[in-house]
Amino acid sequence: MPHISLPEHLPGITGLLEYRLDTALPIRELTQILLRGESTLTPGERELIATLVSARNETRFCTAAHTKAADLLLGDDETARAVKQDYETAPVSEKMKALLAIAAHAQRSGKDVTPEAVERAKRAGATDREIHDTVLITALFCLYNKYVDGLASVTPTDPVYYQRLGERIVQGYKRPPGGFPVPPKM
Amino acid sequence: MAHIQVPEGIPGIRSLVMYRPDTGQHLYALAQALLRNESPLSEAERELIATFVSSLNDCHFCAGSHAAAARFLLGKDKELVDQVIADYQTAPVSDKMKALLTIAKHVQQDARTVSEELVADARQHGATDRDIHDTVLIAATFCLFNRYVDGLASLTPTDPAAYEAMGERMGTLGYVMPKPVV
Repeated sequence: MPHISLPEHLPGITGLLEYRLDTALPIRELTQILLRGESTLTPGERELIATLVSARNETRFCTAAHTKAADLLLGDDETARAVKQDYETAPVSEKMKALLAIAAHAQRSGKDVTPEAVERAKRAGATDREIHDTVLITALFCLYNKYVDGLASVTPTDPVYYQRLGERIVQGYKRPPGGFPVPPKM
Repeated sequence: MAHIQVPEGIPGIRSLVMYRPDTGQHLYALAQALLRNESPLSEAERELIATFVSSLNDCHFCAGSHAAAARFLLGKDKELVDQVIADYQTAPVSDKMKALLTIAKHVQQDARTVSEELVADARQHGATDRDIHDTVLIAATFCLFNRYVDGLASLTPTDPAAYEAMGERMGTLGYVMPKPVV
């Protein structure tokens, strides 16, 4: 049960974002730009970073949601699974491995991002912007993971829920016009 | 030196939001909403939570600047800030504030450890849903800011006077995006 009173039909992050709209707005806008806006990293690659960070924070809701988004964007259900297991052997480029290594460091602590980790990414062709975005995506998902777990919002177990959620977030992170009305009782 | 090419001589978060203003504007808007909009917690109490979490994350820039903002907002009670950083359990803050700082500490370490007992303790001392929500979101948000600032090794001033000026700006103007370098 969540630690505070949240709309029952909105599990995970959604009920939290509806609980306080003035803080939700910049969080949603930031996520939209960072994960779906113009970038030399594909939306699928950016979802892999979100997935790895959520998995390392052991936030089941965010891990399931962003794994599904990555699967849909990449067109396979192998890459995200392999990244979570061991990104060094996953079927991604050396540049992505180096960026995922930076994400793994920053998930623990910002201070753990070493000059060597940054150097490896630059040698593999990563730009300043890609390194910046990797760190900010990691930091943002530490916020999401801690928000969801810290208030104990509900984590659905039905895979159908994550399929629908994945399909929704592939389209983007903005609040739908009209919000999330309570579904009519059957 | 920062890990990426940010504007030179600009400290901490400011250099990063100047590097990428389109994401930066929303980070500043989040800080402003969370720390300055209407809340059952005072601005000073919210800055104390931000300071405490940044200090636990060992982020000198964020801890230093938010401590300065909290001191500015607390005025004659400004020594409270260092007492909370040193040991909040013995600091002269309310039992409600102590319970909320305990929740913030758990969010910083591993948010899954925020237990029903910790939440019940906060409620017993008068905390509402909104107090608990805002405490968790401030703690989570500073886990973002601390990682962003240190993960890119942005400039951390060592002169205490630099932080005092930041604290006054944050206490009066709030969180306003820096002007672009011309």
